[in-house]
Amino acid sequence: MIGASPRCQSGVFKHVSAALPPLDDLVACPQCDTLHRAASIPTNARAHCKRCGIVLMTSQPAAMARILSLALTAFIMMIAAVSFPFLTLDAGGLHNATSVIDAVLAFNDGYALPLAVAVAFFIVVIPLIRLGALIYALDPLVREQKPRSGAHKAFGLAERLRPWSMAEIFIVGVTVALIKVAGMAAVTIGPAFWAFSGVVVITVLKDQLICRYSIWEALDRAAR
Amino acid sequence: MQDTICKRCSGALQSRDTESLQKVWAWLLAGMIAYLPANLYPMLLTSTLTERSESTIIGGVVELVEYGSLGIAAIVFIASVMIPVGKFIAIAYLAISVQRRSMASQHERHKAYEVVEFIGRWSMIDVFVVAILSALVQLDTIATINPGIAAVSFALSVIFTMLSAQAFDSRLIWDADRTQQ
Repeated sequence: MIGASPRCQSGVFKHVSAALPPLDDLVACPQCDTLHRAASIPTNARAHCKRCGIVLMTSQPAAMARILSLALTAFIMMIAAVSFPFLTLDAGGLHNATSVIDAVLAFNDGYALPLAVAVAFFIVVIPLIRLGALIYALDPLVREQKPRSGAHKAFGLAERLRPWSMAEIFIVGVTVALIKVAGMAAVTIGPAFWAFSGVVVITVLKDQLICRYSIWEALDRAAR
Repeated sequence: MQDTICKRCSGALQSRDTESLQKVWAWLLAGMIAYLPANLYPMLLTSTLTERSESTIIGGVVELVEYGSLGIAAIVFIASVMIPVGKFIAIAYLAISVQRRSMASQHERHKAYEVVEFIGRWSMIDVFVVAILSALVQLDTIATINPGIAAVSFALSVIFTMLSAQAFDSRLIWDADRTQQ
């Protein structure tokens, strides 16, 4: 095979040769299509694609329960982040409190209305859909029950929406805006700001624990 | 090559997306076209007691440099100028190299694709800055900030280039050696 990645852990994955083993034992790399034979890997190890180096699977026991608890936490904090005041501005005796919803509605003005909808989806709706879908799909697995109907679809949706969930980018944008305003007025940071930052950190932790391969396997095993 | 359905996640299965490059070029062109008004028109409309001003993306960066916040100016410049332009070049290069069945540096090109996929979303920073500023700075006569039309075209540009990167079938990079073997 051309160009084996230096990151690959030899012995964990073997390239498929001659006779094909059963389909269930094969993994195709989602990015370069190289076929690998699936094998169980040691705890806390990562298996990389032999050709392009992308992570194919990770092994973290109890990851499922952790993903579920992180998703639940983030879901609740997101609701808090939307309901409480986000930032407050004081200047010259005038006072203006802003929530996340107000930030979305900033574009609520004629030609920019579609942008208001898009921003609402990027920072609130899509993150909530992802969390909700993940909770729906994984909750029965953690309690060792049969998966709910549509659990496969829900998990697939959560993964497909990943690039469109932009809560973390929003927080960086807020930081830039704060520095721009800091010179002209006093800004007070509200509880929603901290809740939103919490959602961002927890989402990163949660996404790092997700191993698509193991979750699909677990969904299939539980459905049997 | 017919489409079939994955037995596990019921997604459509395709050996290779034969229309991949066509979609990539279409979204990329749309993204580049939307990027022009995003730079020419104002992003922010600021009015204070004494003056009304409009600032474009580059104008905003220059203002930040004048205030002395170099770090923030760098973030905005990287997110709104370097990343979008870099993305246009990187996607065009990847598409052309696949069309020419180039075998050169497959690993580097795959890396480039991964970077483009990962970093593209971060261009949205400026749109969110505009959203927060316009929501926050609404102090009647003293100072108000409102979004300009460039915010809309900039957001569109980012969305179109994200779709362009997603339409790219990264497996095509690795096919060159297969067909020539």
